[in-house]
Amino acid sequence: MADFDQELDASGLNCPLPILRAKKSLAPMDAGQVLHIISTDPGSVKDFEAFCKQTGNELLDSKDDGGKFYFLIKKS
Amino acid sequence: MSDKKLAIIATKGTLDWAYPPLILASTAAALGYETQIFFTFYGLQILKKNLNLKVTPLGNPGMPMPGNISIPVLMQAMPGMQALVTSMMKSKMQGKGIADLAELRALCVEAEVKMIACQMTVDLFEFKRSELLDSCEYGGAATFFEFAGESDINLFM
Repeated sequence: MADFDQELDASGLNCPLPILRAKKSLAPMDAGQVLHIISTDPGSVKDFEAFCKQTGNELLDSKDDGGKFYFLIKKS
Repeated sequence: MSDKKLAIIATKGTLDWAYPPLILASTAAALGYETQIFFTFYGLQILKKNLNLKVTPLGNPGMPMPGNISIPVLMQAMPGMQALVTSMMKSKMQGKGIADLAELRALCVEAEVKMIACQMTVDLFEFKRSELLDSCEYGGAATFFEFAGESDINLFM
């Protein structure tokens, strides 16, 4: 996985907490910076896609590692 | 992005039904929606400072029970059943990493979701303003429509 500036471990959290935490983590970051998110919620795969589509942030990568999910989001 | 609006009417005051308005409102706020929830009738319980919501299997045949056992309706009405099922539901939720209601509500407040308590039902149930969240506002049907009329999504729960 590529480099990132911040990391958010949302393991064990269920909908909608991973999204809410991601939003909070992104808020103080600068445009162009990348947030790495770790989640165990299978619903977060589609949710982060939808989150990025609607907020204009870019989903650089989404990886399913059998029960663990990793996302790279670039702040717009 | 931030010009979208979501209006929700929350009418139910059970542990399970407190989740949908708070989950959707907090998520919508995270997506950039300007969000407002109008709490009326039993939904006002969600605004109580001292949150103590319950859930009951009585009158709710769709509620799954552990091990798929079916509890006869008369048993569901037994004293203590509501407390038992409520604590079962709470521990199940905790185990699955589902947000605590008070936490979810705090996230809504933090995300500037506007909470409006229906003045008519506040009066009807004789709730004191001091019992409800300090951040909530008070209004009636016309107040709701002022925002709902220009909202992209309106939900009744």
